[in-house]
Amino acid sequence: MTAQSTDFRALERKNRADTARLVAVFIVLFTALGLGFDFVLGNVRLLDSGGFGGFPFLTIAALIIATIQSIASYYGGASLVLLSTHAQALTPDTPKHQMVLDVVREMALAARMPVPTAYIIADPSPNAFATGRDPAHSVVCVTQGLVDDMDREEMQGVLGHEMAHVRDYDIRTMTMIAVLVGGVALLSDFFFRYSLYGGFGAARRRGGDRDSGEAGIIIAIAVFILAALAPIFAQLLAMAVSREREYLADAASVEFTRNPRALLRALEHIAQVETPLANASRGIAHLFIVNPLQGAGDDEEGFFNNLLSTHPPLSRRIARLRALAGEAAPAPQTPVAGA
Amino acid sequence: MAGLIVLAAIAGYLILAYNSLVSLRNQVDNAWRQIEVQLKRRHDLIPNLVEAVKGYMQFERDTLTQVVEARNRTVSAPNQASRMAAENEITAGMGRLLAVMENYPQLKADENVVKLQEELTTTENQIAFTRQAYNDVVLALNTKVETFPTNIIANNFGFKAADYFKAAPGDEALPKVDLSLGAPAPKA
Repeated sequence: MTAQSTDFRALERKNRADTARLVAVFIVLFTALGLGFDFVLGNVRLLDSGGFGGFPFLTIAALIIATIQSIASYYGGASLVLLSTHAQALTPDTPKHQMVLDVVREMALAARMPVPTAYIIADPSPNAFATGRDPAHSVVCVTQGLVDDMDREEMQGVLGHEMAHVRDYDIRTMTMIAVLVGGVALLSDFFFRYSLYGGFGAARRRGGDRDSGEAGIIIAIAVFILAALAPIFAQLLAMAVSREREYLADAASVEFTRNPRALLRALEHIAQVETPLANASRGIAHLFIVNPLQGAGDDEEGFFNNLLSTHPPLSRRIARLRALAGEAAPAPQTPVAGA
Repeated sequence: MAGLIVLAAIAGYLILAYNSLVSLRNQVDNAWRQIEVQLKRRHDLIPNLVEAVKGYMQFERDTLTQVVEARNRTVSAPNQASRMAAENEITAGMGRLLAVMENYPQLKADENVVKLQEELTTTENQIAFTRQAYNDVVLALNTKVETFPTNIIANNFGFKAADYFKAAPGDEALPKVDLSLGAPAPKA
């Protein structure tokens, strides 16, 4: 598997670079929003001489907050995601839970990675995700629905997919996106609310003479548009990176299990279930193995669906796996999948 | 000047190639240790298995005995090859036992047996997956050791191609066994 191992090193490098880029864009965007606020509130205004007056304390505050949030989301992102999904540490209290813990270990060995900590969400919708900042601090999380619905072979397929996200450092990028995009959404919400309740009036009142008042309004509108677009762009970014990752992780799952049927059967199984996950929000949807927001059942293809969904259509993933299963016979050393 | 740059580039390449060989050799060693851990765990589980199913599976006695004897042989094996042959025999026997256990409702009703069965199943899987991972890194190392230009460095610094962990070569004739089930297996 020489080709495979170089591939995943390349993926890891790309993910590290993507994360750094994401943080840079985030900090710039956040600071720009702070600057916009300063203009709208009149903290900073254009002077007749052409310079700026006032002190941009919101800009500086935004810069500091964005930096702190970036650091916090790097170290605490996984905990936040687990908290928001109401996940609990998985304990071997039932035979089925013991089996899941064992399969996590099996897949970690197959991927030659440290064993991730396992969590569970008490939700009947079958789904799973992985998070953490690197393989040594990784977490895989399954839903009770997944535990109930999957047999051992299917569970190997699903957890193999999650192990691929761990190995390729997808978990770092995706968790940072979840936490930081959440932050942008929060700020732009606040901005909208503030603007509606007289933000522009304040700008006009304090805006000095007529010229700078007009400039202030133009900047305010620009910032307004930026604030409206920021979460959309951020979301688009999250989606674009996520869909390709799902295909790659599906392929890597087959690499680990040497058994295309494992994940294939699991996805076919999940495709029949239509209940969305209760505690999944838009900000973390891209972390899951199948889109937790819509029932896996609605699966139309089309330009807008393609552009706006965090996951490739389940039917297309199943088709790809079927092609793999058809061409490549399972390796002779396929482990026992009984019990 | 140009010559100096070429020399530096060659030296840089040599260092990188050498280090990647060292890294792969360490990965092979580490992967092998992982297998040893799993094999040890299986050895420790076999007495529990014998104890748990003693009363139940009369007709699987042959397989059980074969597993226990193969286990004993791994301890006294004169070399790595015969030791691994014995381990492969255990793998084959375990696969059969786990499959047969499914047919015993009395066994499935025993909570401890169900627990043991999960432990044995995951141990077998972990052996299979560590072996797979080991063979993957051996393939990566051997490719480097054998292909140009890394083979030059490998030859000069004594990097050797590693052996694959082969699965049981077909179904070999099972050894004759006597039924001394109760005999406690020696500690590994």
